[in-house]
Amino acid sequence: MTSDMATKTPVTPRRSVVETGKRALWRGVRRWESALVVVLIGALIFGSSERPNFLSPMNFFYTGLNMGEIAIMALPLTLIIMTGEIDLSVASMLGLSGTVMGVLFSNGWPIWLAMAAALVVGALGGTLNGVLVAKVGLPSIAVTIGTLTLFRGIAVILLAPRTITGFPLSLTKIGVVPIQGTQLAYSTAIFLVMAVVAGVVLHATPLGRALVAIGLQPEAAQFAGIRVNRIKIWLYVVSGVVCAFAGILLTLKNSSVSYDAGTGLELNVVAIVLFGGVSIFGGRGTVIGVVLAVAIVGALQQALTQMNVQPEVQNIVIGVLLLISVVIPNSGEAIRRIRDRARRHASTPSPRNSPNA
Amino acid sequence: MTQSSAAPLLMVRDVSKSFGPVAAVQGVSLPLYAGEAHALLGENGAGKSTLVKILAGVHGADSGELLMDGEPVVFKGPAASRAAGISVIYQEPMLFADLSVAENIFMGRQPLGVGRRIDRAAMNREATEVFTRLGVQLDPERAARGLSVADQQIVEIAKALSFNARVLVMDEPTAALTTVEVGRLFEVIQTLRDQGAAVLFITHRLEEAFASCQRVTIMRDGRSIRTAPIEDVTIDDIIRSMVGRDLDTLFPKTATEPGEVVLDVEHLCRGGVFDDISFQVRRGEIVALAGLVGAGRSEVARAVFGIDRRTSGTVRVHGAELPNGKPLAAMNAGVALVPEDRRQQGLVMEMSIDQNVALASLGRLRRFGLIRRSSERELATTWAGRLQLKFSRMGNTVSTLSGGNQQKVVLGKWLARNPSLLIIDEPTRGIDVGTKAEVHRLLNGLVADGVAVLMISSELPEVLRMADRVLVLREGRITAEFTRAEADEDSVMRAATGQSPVVAA
Amino acid sequence: MSVITAPAPAPTDRPVSRLESLLRARELGIALAIIVVFGLTTLNNHAFAHAASIQQLLNGAALIALLGVGETLVIVTRNVDLSVGSVVGLSAYIIGDLFKHNHDMSVVLGFVIAIAVGAAIGAINGLVTTVARVPSLVVTLAMLYIVRGFDGVIVNGKTIDPDSIPTAFTAVGYRTLFGIPWLAIIVAVVVAAVGYAMRSFRSSRDLYAIGSNPDAAELAGIPAGRRVFTAFLISGALAGLAGALFLALHAQIDVSGGSGYELTVVAAVVVGGVAIFGGSGTVLGAALGAVLLNTINQALVASKVSSFWNGAIAGGLLLAAIAFDRWLSLRVARSLQSAEGAHRDL
Repeated sequence: MTSDMATKTPVTPRRSVVETGKRALWRGVRRWESALVVVLIGALIFGSSERPNFLSPMNFFYTGLNMGEIAIMALPLTLIIMTGEIDLSVASMLGLSGTVMGVLFSNGWPIWLAMAAALVVGALGGTLNGVLVAKVGLPSIAVTIGTLTLFRGIAVILLAPRTITGFPLSLTKIGVVPIQGTQLAYSTAIFLVMAVVAGVVLHATPLGRALVAIGLQPEAAQFAGIRVNRIKIWLYVVSGVVCAFAGILLTLKNSSVSYDAGTGLELNVVAIVLFGGVSIFGGRGTVIGVVLAVAIVGALQQALTQMNVQPEVQNIVIGVLLLISVVIPNSGEAIRRIRDRARRHASTPSPRNSPNA
Repeated sequence: MTQSSAAPLLMVRDVSKSFGPVAAVQGVSLPLYAGEAHALLGENGAGKSTLVKILAGVHGADSGELLMDGEPVVFKGPAASRAAGISVIYQEPMLFADLSVAENIFMGRQPLGVGRRIDRAAMNREATEVFTRLGVQLDPERAARGLSVADQQIVEIAKALSFNARVLVMDEPTAALTTVEVGRLFEVIQTLRDQGAAVLFITHRLEEAFASCQRVTIMRDGRSIRTAPIEDVTIDDIIRSMVGRDLDTLFPKTATEPGEVVLDVEHLCRGGVFDDISFQVRRGEIVALAGLVGAGRSEVARAVFGIDRRTSGTVRVHGAELPNGKPLAAMNAGVALVPEDRRQQGLVMEMSIDQNVALASLGRLRRFGLIRRSSERELATTWAGRLQLKFSRMGNTVSTLSGGNQQKVVLGKWLARNPSLLIIDEPTRGIDVGTKAEVHRLLNGLVADGVAVLMISSELPEVLRMADRVLVLREGRITAEFTRAEADEDSVMRAATGQSPVVAA
Repeated sequence: MSVITAPAPAPTDRPVSRLESLLRARELGIALAIIVVFGLTTLNNHAFAHAASIQQLLNGAALIALLGVGETLVIVTRNVDLSVGSVVGLSAYIIGDLFKHNHDMSVVLGFVIAIAVGAAIGAINGLVTTVARVPSLVVTLAMLYIVRGFDGVIVNGKTIDPDSIPTAFTAVGYRTLFGIPWLAIIVAVVVAAVGYAMRSFRSSRDLYAIGSNPDAAELAGIPAGRRVFTAFLISGALAGLAGALFLALHAQIDVSGGSGYELTVVAAVVVGGVAIFGGSGTVLGAALGAVLLNTINQALVASKVSSFWNGAIAGGLLLAAIAFDRWLSLRVARSLQSAEGAHRDL
């Protein structure tokens, strides 16, 4: 339908309400990240208030260690959500890849080969997701609930009810010591590098622009020559491989793996991505926001753990954070809508000159 | 036929509405008489849509009043407006695809039987009654999914009737209809008028206003400029009122000498959609694909460009065959497609102007794999200037632009790639008269520079004025080809509707 | 442009409600599948058809089917409720704890409280989704966390064991009527009642409208906020009821009760023919979907296939179901369009 809210042409260029609203949205994206920075600082202060040495390098190491795998999985998920899709199978792939690696290793395979096989499994799983979503055209939430169950189920078939241990010490040390000369956990360092790559790709490359276009208006993206299906398939393959990699990391870190590794983690990952300001509808969000979200959740969890608060309370905190993260941006509009409706029901415009709303 | 005696059924008196600092509608007055079809004309941005929304009860007027049967009425919401007897049928029919036709008509008011449960038999019966009143036939139990646009409109009109609507407002109802369906719509409007309803008919097609309406109101810049019986105005009068200035020529055309073949389509076929399509487009010529809506023209364009996969046949650009179903390959070969649906296919509405202009050229704007924002901005500014785009800030989203300016952004996006073949689907649909002329001037300029243009248009005057050759499609086949000299309204329409055997020129 | 007034076109009639009959076929298809799976398994293992086995079948599916009813209402409106599993656990524990400390609390009161707890959470879900216009995926995901966390806090590592629960209550879990477990009867009654309501009342049809075309629903004056809120309220209440039945069935509850149910419910509902994007589907289909999934699970056990295969098969089934749905809707769309083309005469 023709928009009558267009900027007046050409004599009096004026700002329309729609324009202000939309521009405010763009400003809002940056506003969200700024808010996250404030929350992060608040979380750090909160943590320090209980433990004076909260900001110590050792705490940073442990926080990074605990969040590592979730953080890594959040990056490809961010890109997938940007295109308007979702991947709920991330944690199951993490479990499956660890399982595959463990089973092969315990059958005598060299550890590097077992790891490579796990990555291949990740790629295969990602391809399954990608093909079903992009080529066959099935809704991604349903597909990835299916593959979530499928991957977990295969892990069960392969390993239940055993647990595999005995991984090479040279590798499992990543779960115990930081990188030589720093207090950076290996998984933290990997995450940071990946975050930079993801950030550059999303915000500064044509591919990233394509992702945003796909999320905002998939048809227009296709008409502009963007290969939507191919990109989506590759995103899912990357997600599969990255989650498999996270599974390898988790297994080595814990120096063991069982069939239910990572159960339920997918919701953590989704929560962090959404809390980071990425819109569930696609097309909006930043990598820096997700990084901040990881930091905030990590800091809060670390602080709460050190205060001997139960993990369940930490769940409540994450849930509330998630709620706040989506309610607040919408609240301005919601209040305006309620006010509008109340005004319409209350008043009746007088015939001649009623005050301009 | 003029209603001189009775008071208007619905009187819009001095209505104004502003959104923030923008006055969308200012002091508009308009009488709607029972039994009359009233055309509402005006360029984009003139305030027609806002006025419609006020009538629909979606917005409340800031000042002025609405009078039904002489009594002032105030609508607190769409339900109140409907209850008062005003029904609005929007350009895009809003049906529930998963529900049945009858349920679509009676949603929220399904007839109840014992124990307040829905009486489906009664509902279907009443739906059939309404269809009979309209003189059409549709199965009330079928799902709304898959209905043609024309049939969807019929369902919307049936819904309006079932509300005992006395005023029907139709917003651009003919935009997506075939000529036959337009005819059926006009018959339905006549039936409604005979039953005493008033119809407010918003259209960009001046000829349709003359064909079906008895009174006309022209709006410009939020004001009602003139209201008059249709026989008292001419097309020139109308255009002058709409634009506020005289346009000496609407559709300028300069002659050019066509060069080598750019596009060569042979036996192109897409199962169930079109068959055995063969044609060529040469440098410097405009070839128009004419025909009724639904004949398959846009589908041919999409298959040529690669958005849809073709079943068989070849597409050659500069002699080289294009692979099947790969738009990127077509783009690299120098093909550009300005699509039919601006808002869904042509633009990413929530991206900014410069991002939209750059969307098809990102590869070129790269350095070390990264997008250079400065180059992007430069590209957009260059084309905005060349196309005389009217905007306030490059960083604004394209949703803030008028239809004509949005089309310029789409054009800018594709012209930035320097294409050798421009396929343009409905170049001036939903665009004001002034910008229309600019677009036509632009196309002429392009062919003068040696670009080949394949134009799809449902507006015969546009086709006849612009095209060097006219290919007529009917039901997925080319039924006629005319040169510029041979083409006239009559022959093209005959070929498009298959009314007489066609002799190829 | 010359406007040609043509004679009225040929009547555009269609075979009566082809789509509706296809939809009804879905429920039939699932029922058929259940019978087939049941039959094949019984051939292999006669004990599968014994009363005890069938009762176990019904009981196993009952809770998911019950949750499926509420989930259907929500999904039909183009939303989703991921908090149902945690609500089950919470309400089960709350009344379990109440029973433990008030051993002579009435059974009915126990049910009422469980339903109320669920309804309260459903109300929060509904409020945030409709007033704050937050996507329900996010809201119910957050509530899942919050409720699970809250549950963990009040459970605090304890367990309610069978001794704490009055036998009158657990009777609901194992008593039968003519061989059919009370549990199954209760759920069947709920399915029948809600299913009937979904077909016959205006406010329920509004739910379908909202999911099918939210913009059109708003224009039609449908109070979408109120309807969606009610859908979430009912979903929560039924989850609370499921919690009570869980306690009755298992006679014990700890912190992990009900966890993971939400995804199983969504799978059952989708298999049962409820479109994930809203606008269509029936509670009967959802319930049958739950029964089918459970039947397959039990069939595997009865056929001596390792129960470890359950997950993989459930996942594969879900993928097959949505792929089939898509194929079906493409077929229907194509056949409707070609019928259209046939009538495009002049």
